[in-house]
Amino acid sequence: MDDLLADFLTETNESLAELDLALVKLERAPDDAQTLSLIFRHVHTIKGTCGFLGLPRLEHIAHAAENVLGRMRDGKLAATPDVISSVLAAVDVIKAIVAGLAASGNEPAGDDTRLAASLNAIAEGRTPAMAAPPPPPIIPTTTATATAPPPAVEAVKPEPLAEAPPPADPAGDSHAGAQTIRVTVDVLEDLMTLVSELVLTRNQLLQLARRQENSGFAVPLQRLSQITSDLQEGVMKTRMQPIGNAWNKLPRLVRDLARDLGKRIELVMHGAETELDRQVLELIKDPLTHMVRNSGDHGLETPAERRAAGKSEGGRITLSACHEGGHVIIEIGDDGRGLPVDKIRAKALARGLASETELAAMSEAQILRFIFRPGFSTAAAITAVSGRGVGLDVVKTNIERIGGAIELRNAAGLGTTFTIKIPLTLAIASALIVEAGGERFAIPQLSVVELVRAGMGGEDGECRVERINNTEVLRLRERLLPLVNLRGLLALGEAAADADTAAHCIVVAQVGSTMLGIAVDAVFDTEEIVVKPVAPILRHVTMFSGNTILGDGSVIMILDPAGIARATGVVGSNEARATPGAVKDSPEAHGPQRTAMLIFRAGGPEPKAVPLGLVARLEHIEKARIELSSGQPVTQYRGRLMPLVPLSGTLDRNAESHPVLVFADEDRGQGRDRCMGLVVDEILDVADEHLAIELSGGQQPGLLGTAVIAGKATGVIDTGYWLQHAAQDWFHGARGGRPRVLVVEDAEFFRSLLVPSLSAAGYAVTAVASATQALALRDAGTAFDAIVSDIEMPELDGLEFVRRVRAGGGWAELPVIALTGHAGLADVAAGRNAGFTDYVQKFERDALLASLRQCLAQSGALAAPVG
Amino acid sequence: MTTDLTIRAPLPPELRGEAETMLVTLTVAGQLCGVPVLSVRDVLGEQVITRIPLAPPEVAGSLNLRGRIVTAIDLRRRLRLPPAPPGTPRMSVVAEQGGELYALLVDQVSEVMTLRAAQFERAPPTLPQAWAAFAGGVYRLKTGLLVVLDVARLLALTPEG
Repeated sequence: MDDLLADFLTETNESLAELDLALVKLERAPDDAQTLSLIFRHVHTIKGTCGFLGLPRLEHIAHAAENVLGRMRDGKLAATPDVISSVLAAVDVIKAIVAGLAASGNEPAGDDTRLAASLNAIAEGRTPAMAAPPPPPIIPTTTATATAPPPAVEAVKPEPLAEAPPPADPAGDSHAGAQTIRVTVDVLEDLMTLVSELVLTRNQLLQLARRQENSGFAVPLQRLSQITSDLQEGVMKTRMQPIGNAWNKLPRLVRDLARDLGKRIELVMHGAETELDRQVLELIKDPLTHMVRNSGDHGLETPAERRAAGKSEGGRITLSACHEGGHVIIEIGDDGRGLPVDKIRAKALARGLASETELAAMSEAQILRFIFRPGFSTAAAITAVSGRGVGLDVVKTNIERIGGAIELRNAAGLGTTFTIKIPLTLAIASALIVEAGGERFAIPQLSVVELVRAGMGGEDGECRVERINNTEVLRLRERLLPLVNLRGLLALGEAAADADTAAHCIVVAQVGSTMLGIAVDAVFDTEEIVVKPVAPILRHVTMFSGNTILGDGSVIMILDPAGIARATGVVGSNEARATPGAVKDSPEAHGPQRTAMLIFRAGGPEPKAVPLGLVARLEHIEKARIELSSGQPVTQYRGRLMPLVPLSGTLDRNAESHPVLVFADEDRGQGRDRCMGLVVDEILDVADEHLAIELSGGQQPGLLGTAVIAGKATGVIDTGYWLQHAAQDWFHGARGGRPRVLVVEDAEFFRSLLVPSLSAAGYAVTAVASATQALALRDAGTAFDAIVSDIEMPELDGLEFVRRVRAGGGWAELPVIALTGHAGLADVAAGRNAGFTDYVQKFERDALLASLRQCLAQSGALAAPVG
Repeated sequence: MTTDLTIRAPLPPELRGEAETMLVTLTVAGQLCGVPVLSVRDVLGEQVITRIPLAPPEVAGSLNLRGRIVTAIDLRRRLRLPPAPPGTPRMSVVAEQGGELYALLVDQVSEVMTLRAAQFERAPPTLPQAWAAFAGGVYRLKTGLLVVLDVARLLALTPEG
């Protein structure tokens, strides 16, 4: 039903209830002018509104009643019971019509002419209502009554009711009378708690009853069970809000968008009344806005293009929502040009996301899914509206974070439709129940990637727990994942001896873009849980995001994988955002970042270290497998030759095998898949350290400097130097015209890591420690092809820096890539507003290289290195 | 914390006047204690308590009280008393603080006693620190002494304990 009509019905029902009372009151006190004017106002409003809504029958009756009331108000007519009766009769007819409207949405058919005529007669002052007047030959007031049959006495009795359709079903009535009351959220939450408890009790009872055959309780219990389920559903409903609340800003947005882009856009919305949980509603607001913007900006063509394609000039964006099972399905569609599959394929190839053969084997749908990859954009031009990247990766991440999924349908020339499927509520989440140290814990299913058993699998499905000194790491297929033991982490007693570890179940969890393994003693089932916040006294334990009561009535803690990752230093504090369902606010620690460092010994007793993230694999290579190629030691590794570089300078020919750190640069699309093995003497440990590195500034080649790691002065090796040592082609030193990149980064450590990474990828890198220094370079006329800048810097931050770059000077047009730990939607938006071309998470080397390549390609500067 | 009693918070109103006070009496490590009956939401027998890793030592765990999650505080630990011998059943007294429910684990909950203000004394300043911090006063009973515990202060836990 139309919203306007629903509002009208609600309002009218309230008015009608008051009218009854007021009329009765007036009858008792005919001189009560106040009541009379109240009645007049109500009837007048009804008449006015139904004229506006196009309800002629209702308007007709209300008009007639208003005439009578008007005369009374003017003192021309006494409020005799007869007159009141006829007005009440009119009110009854109005009620009947309203009920019909509520039931069917249409005015019920019926003939009111006699009632109207009698009312008019009263208004004329000619007819004492009950005196059964002779048929008035001429009734001049309303045209409809011109041919009215003689009004009979019954006409003023509530007889017209009989003409109305049979009384509408109660549901229809209640719809029209849908009145709202305000209830505090607390009351609703209390109800929810009570219902949860009721459900638990019911379950216990059912269990008891199941043990007794032919129990007299069985039938009433069944009934109780049913009522409990209904009650639970009802209470859940109170938390629901229509999705229209998230849409109400869109019409204005689309209007502005259309004006800015010179397009004609119509926004059509269906199913705005579809309800979903308040919390979910808040979380999808931004992604939805983003997608509508995208549709308007990228999806729809300009009027001229549309005309040329034989379409109407005005484009259309359709938003629709509906329920399906326990989910809400939202569709955002446009009738624009559709996604350019060929361009996406070309881009995927250029970006090295897939090889030509792989692409050839892919279906169109598979290729289209590339648009959800970070930084993937096919928009030829950067527009102010959507920014450069479509940002669909962010949308996808946000939707997946609340347990949703996104799909797309595409028809070239006809438009694109995105379908989002999200759960109705987050209050109830699916969780995996695990055990560690005799206690059970819940892990939100959302962050669980897979379950593996350590030690299983052969050559292909590699999954092993390996030890580096005393630290366990998980070798899962092609990756090396940090591994935390839940028992140790939660101080539930030390993990038993080595033999025991093999039997561990490992939950592979994803936190942002990082994966980690969580070793547990046992894995049980998944269970739907109601997430509750932990007591204030426990909020400092960041490992938990809440607690809950399981079906068997026991309380269990909900683990927060993000908190675990943070606590163990697997990810920097910025990256690990609280997962959804995390009720408590996770303190945003902007503390110094911790980095996992691999510690080893090579060429001397003092320990050396390298960031674990840079090491692809750890291997032991036997003496027999080492060959010589033009004097340099190499080994056959995964089907190709891998140069081996001894860190100590010489390879100990007597050792049976050598521990090797494998550095790989796997960039298949570029046809480059090189690796290098750094031979060390002994691998010692993995430590999480906040690195305070003292740079030695080239005192010793191949060493970045010294840092205190695990309490010892440790040499941090310069990966870039050793890579160069291994193969000259890791660097493109000989080749002229390397793109020049300026790196602005205040942290010495990151600068030292970025420079070799970028140099290795073929860029000529200049690094400065502050934005001020960078601007000084600009003013000195130094030219670059691209800038990579940190956001958080003392003095002049990245945002201000990019504003100044854009403000003028030789760098105003350069691509500037922001390097940051925060890549939330708002941060990205702020960055783009300030003038950044792209946003890359700190330390995501591949993403940075991809972004640089893309930016340089777009800016039309020197071609980015291809390999 | 110093045990300077003169600067301590004023006595609860029910302990000041002539009126009688009703206390729920309980035993912790042999000592008879009492908490105002109005601050007690529930008295529970032996409960299944889920341990909470990394919680402060006073927190025994959490339990399910009719669908609400209640944090259990071990009164022995809170009062720096030796732990109860393993296997002894514990009872708990449920109190509310800041909208949250807490269960105080005690050895035994006995009865509700009505006590006259005339029997009341301030807590002696020589009490051990842990007791002085939580004792609101002492009642002289025929059978011995009853220490009134200040529930709000017992529940004012900080992550450091």
